[in-house]
Amino acid sequence: MEDVEHIPVEMKLIDEKGIRLDGRRFDELRPIRIEAGVLGRADGSAYIEWGGNKVLAAVYGPREAHPRHLQDLARALVQCRYNMAPFSVSDRKRPGPDRRSVEISKIISEAFAAVVFKEQFPRTSVDIFIEVLQADAGTRCAGLTAASVALADAGVPMKDLVTSVASGKIGGVVALDLNKEEDNFGEADCPMAVVPRTGEVVLLQMDGHLTYQEFQKAMGLSLSATQKIYEMQRDALHRKYSVTLEELLKEQAAAPPMPPEPGEETDVDFDMDLDQGGAP
Amino acid sequence: MSEQIVSELMRQYVYRLAKGGHRADGRALDEPRKLTVQTGYVKTAEGSARLKLGGTEVLVGIKMAPGAPYPDTPRSGVLSTSVELIPMASPTFEAGPPRPGAIELARVVDRGIRESKMVDVGKLVITPKEKVWVMFVDIHVLDFDGNLFDAASYAAVAALGTTIIPAKAHGLGENIPLPVEHWPVSVTTAKIKDQLLVDPSLDEERMADARLTVTTDENGDIRAMQKGLSGSFSYDEVKRIIETGQRVGETIRPLLRP
Repeated sequence: MEDVEHIPVEMKLIDEKGIRLDGRRFDELRPIRIEAGVLGRADGSAYIEWGGNKVLAAVYGPREAHPRHLQDLARALVQCRYNMAPFSVSDRKRPGPDRRSVEISKIISEAFAAVVFKEQFPRTSVDIFIEVLQADAGTRCAGLTAASVALADAGVPMKDLVTSVASGKIGGVVALDLNKEEDNFGEADCPMAVVPRTGEVVLLQMDGHLTYQEFQKAMGLSLSATQKIYEMQRDALHRKYSVTLEELLKEQAAAPPMPPEPGEETDVDFDMDLDQGGAP
Repeated sequence: MSEQIVSELMRQYVYRLAKGGHRADGRALDEPRKLTVQTGYVKTAEGSARLKLGGTEVLVGIKMAPGAPYPDTPRSGVLSTSVELIPMASPTFEAGPPRPGAIELARVVDRGIRESKMVDVGKLVITPKEKVWVMFVDIHVLDFDGNLFDAASYAAVAALGTTIIPAKAHGLGENIPLPVEHWPVSVTTAKIKDQLLVDPSLDEERMADARLTVTTDENGDIRAMQKGLSGSFSYDEVKRIIETGQRVGETIRPLLRP
């Protein structure tokens, strides 16, 4: 009760012209930068800067699931650990999982379980690690978006990337991608994740107060934003792998051709077909 | 911090190289890996450093908060160091409460900072006996490629060197830089059979018989030491390691100071 004076009575999150505190319009994303393959030890990794968020994601596996009793004889487990660094928030967070991170880890695991081809890797585990290094609201969306790139970087077979973003309501206006102030003082927040190629929603949460119409508006904003973010995810992967491919081709051109093994049939056309098959 | 089994082939390869004065990554036996430091990386922290020592990557964030002093040191600020060996950094790290390896690491880093009197804790008192500044040094290992002792220690020192006390936010006057007086630098040497290797890489560390971390200050004085693993050193080897530590420390120190 005594704390009332700390809460600004009239915090204008969005002005008459529809401009938000950080200068964005209601349907604008914060700046996003994604990089694939940033860690040495992990099988796949990605780094994302999303507004004031800085998040690392790493993937190990498919590798033997343990403890053994967790192993599924028919498919791989998809296990995510979302963790916040103690210094990622303004008041130091005690190290280790709290109830919030446990819940976020669970729903992100489930979101990825919907796209990974689990049946190809029985008894194994695909382990996804998300570390929030600096937080500015929307860390689960940033983490999920980065983890998706890390899974692709690790070469884990999956239906498609997963793309995540949140929309909410601030000062009575439905808006995309809330930042920290908007999240703290806004009326609603609704994070979601989709499989962009199929439109399947694999994560959805909401807290606050939205009418059905407002919810539809929020989902509309989120869905169109995921298309943009999807492009950034693909671009991060292209940037990493197109360079490698060029180098590979250069290497191949420089190397003397391998002499065919005597008595063994060589099918030169097979390689050509692959080249002409083109990118998906 | 046990790693997987090392093949006998690898063991012999590394040892034979060392006997001829060489290492698998081309370094001299007393040469540390390339060090890069980026301070001010985390805006939510009062001080931070993201550091790479070869392939090992560490992020340290400093949070400062008013708190109670220890009863036996009522006129000193408090230093609290913890390490998270997050499973992201290596296939051998597991989630959960800190294991002995992580606790030893945190304590060795803490000791170097504390015993060198790097920070003048006497200036961190707000109200004697009641309220002092607590420095939380949180070490986050992101990518593990050997020698966490030095990587974590360098990152902690660099982060503390850029820390600002957030007095204003707590209504305690103007923000001031942390009173840093000394610059401790640790140098870790691994012993493989009879060979001594500075700043061991992951492969070297995995097959090491013994390890010695020596922390020296800007005068070359020894401020902390920690011997690890089940092998042993001769006294002569210990002296050689300290001398190397002083010499290598001199080259590292300027990279950690802002």
